Amino acid sequence: MPNMSLVKNKMPEQEPNVRNKNFKEVSLGYTEEQAIDEAQRCLNCKHKPCVSGCPVNINIPDFIQQVAQGNFEEAYKIISKSSSLPAVCGRVCPQETQCEQKCVRGIKGEPVAIGRLERFVADWHNAHDDGNVEKPVSNGHKVAIIGAGPAGLACAGDLAKLGYDVTIFEALHLAGGVLVYGIPEFRLPKAIVQKEINTLKAIGVKVETNMVIGKVLTIDELFDDLGFEAVFVGSGAGLPKFMNIPGESLKGVYSANEFLTRTNLMKAYIEGSDTPIQNAKKVAVVGGGNVAMDAARCAKRLGAEDVYIVYRRSEEEMPARLEEVHHAKEEGIIFKMLTNPVEILGDEHKNVSGMKCVEMELGEPDESGRRRPVIKQDSEFVLDVDCVVMSIGTSPNPLIRNTTPGLDTQKWGGLIVDEATGLTSREGVFAGGDAVTGAATVILAMGAGKTAAKAMDEYIKNK
Amino acid sequence: MYKIVRKKELNPTVTLMDIEAPLIAKKAQPGQFIILRVDENGERIPLTVADYDREKGTITIIFQIVGATTEKLNQLNEGEYIQDFVGPLGVASHVEGLKKVAVVGGGVGCAIAYPIAKKLHKLGCEVHSVVGFRNKDLVILEEEFDKVSDKLCVMTDDGSYGEKGLVTDALRKLIESGEEYDEVITIGPLIMMKFVCMLTKEKGIKTVASMNPIMIDGTGMCGGCRLTVGGETKFACVDGPDFDGHLIDFDEAIERSSMYKDFERHAHGEACNLFKKEVK
Repeated sequence: MPNMSLVKNKMPEQEPNVRNKNFKEVSLGYTEEQAIDEAQRCLNCKHKPCVSGCPVNINIPDFIQQVAQGNFEEAYKIISKSSSLPAVCGRVCPQETQCEQKCVRGIKGEPVAIGRLERFVADWHNAHDDGNVEKPVSNGHKVAIIGAGPAGLACAGDLAKLGYDVTIFEALHLAGGVLVYGIPEFRLPKAIVQKEINTLKAIGVKVETNMVIGKVLTIDELFDDLGFEAVFVGSGAGLPKFMNIPGESLKGVYSANEFLTRTNLMKAYIEGSDTPIQNAKKVAVVGGGNVAMDAARCAKRLGAEDVYIVYRRSEEEMPARLEEVHHAKEEGIIFKMLTNPVEILGDEHKNVSGMKCVEMELGEPDESGRRRPVIKQDSEFVLDVDCVVMSIGTSPNPLIRNTTPGLDTQKWGGLIVDEATGLTSREGVFAGGDAVTGAATVILAMGAGKTAAKAMDEYIKNK
Repeated sequence: MYKIVRKKELNPTVTLMDIEAPLIAKKAQPGQFIILRVDENGERIPLTVADYDREKGTITIIFQIVGATTEKLNQLNEGEYIQDFVGPLGVASHVEGLKKVAVVGGGVGCAIAYPIAKKLHKLGCEVHSVVGFRNKDLVILEEEFDKVSDKLCVMTDDGSYGEKGLVTDALRKLIESGEEYDEVITIGPLIMMKFVCMLTKEKGIKTVASMNPIMIDGTGMCGGCRLTVGGETKFACVDGPDFDGHLIDFDEAIERSSMYKDFERHAHGEACNLFKKEVK
């Protein structure tokens, strides 16, 4: 008899006023009892609607049945057939718009907490793992992956399992991409990312850090000189966008990428790190996505008294996950909706001293289907801040496309690929993730990495 | 890890190192830069490539001890290792087709000006080098410049060596004596480059300045190195580091470069205490 409770088992969390002063993980994870209880809410539907909501098609009801019976390692095996990074996805996937949105239990009450269960299973496995893995039998073919972010790691994992000799080339000094430079420790502990990468290394994946492909080696050299037979480009999002309003060059204006990279990758929040970050007291984060939420919550933890999210539409249109918005509010982040910056003001030393904004109201729907924000007359006011973080998106990194002849791109710079395979306009070169789609989610990038892995396998086999 | 195969003190605050990095050495061009991290807790700092040896597989870096990171780097010796070393980054300097060029370097910036002068010389271009330092003790690479320059002016602020005065004084003299340059290339402190560019703008000579702003990733991700060039936002790491000197907003760049001054001073002080060493 399933557990017919209409609500999910609550996730244990650090208290908001405690956690907004530390960088430890916010959500603490289910206990075994909570996980089993939650798993029993699953009706094990025959038509498995949840699976169709998962970009990597995890066999969700099957793994949940194993959890319900207390077979956690079996559950892990089912998940890891489809996902290379379960402990990561269980934390950062927007389940509410994917698997959980399709859950039958969600029609009346809350859906099964699929994400929390995935996280539980992955954490349980990692805690009990003896480190022994079976190394796949080599098939003798070499493939190269550019970028050790979610797309690249997923692609590498699948190809390694098929016996390929996989080398990942990473530009930064640490593998993980956005999982290490962008998503903060309190949402995704770096030890978990490291563990997942170590698992990939254990099955034979080589990771070469400090390698900027396009500069130190070109894609042509990977093929011609180094003998790689196929290449996957997962180079991720690139240059940050700014608003092109006056004052964006003042000291104290950061892109979200810079603010988060200093904080997370370079660990500016830890005593003893050589990387500085401004000791801001009042911070405005401009934008309404998950990255904006991460930046705001980091700013609070770094000691800012007032942190604002400044967004030009209303909360309803905000692209950030509900859970992130909810967490941010609990932690005391102030939401300034229907507000748009028009100028950043500076003092005589060119430090940020305020941000001039206008109030907005929603008009007719625009091309995106969302109601277009229009300026309210005579609504100008100055927000008292000493730091501004611009979190309004990125445009793709030009390094690969500028150094690889024959690689077609969209006008805005994204690589053009065949959606079913990830194949670019160059033979043997595949791509996926933000380099193709522009800024999107970890799980979509992973899905693209997996799609490409399958196509690369077929391409090499048929060569 | 990247091995330090040679270390040489050029003056009390400027050090040269050859770093074993064969792949980077194969590709590096004058004007490009590398990013390094001294150790696990280190920050990422950009340094322009001062020279490269494709056969030996080494990259030469020359740095001035200005903060905690360069102090830490300077503590390492031959045979020891640097944690991370990545490059070559940025766009190489455009040197092809130039017939007569004035290369104007200031202080440790001369370390970057030198490979450009060398390359120009090799391409058969007439090179006039103007290099400036605060005083005699700080003069670096004089011999090297001498070998690749058709004319060399060494300037010191206090007149303790070469000629007394600023690089702009020497450059003005050259131009006004009738030397006609296709281009002026300038590398050094921002304030020096600003005045070089003001002079050459007045004289109508195309000028390229090599910028070295604060960076983190150096690959076009963080946007920390942004500059205003001709009213547009440019990223030094992928669009530069060379820009048209007459279009750069130097005042803004000077302000931005002071962003972490207090932090650096503090960290530098701590590092000095740590090493129990006086740094001038």
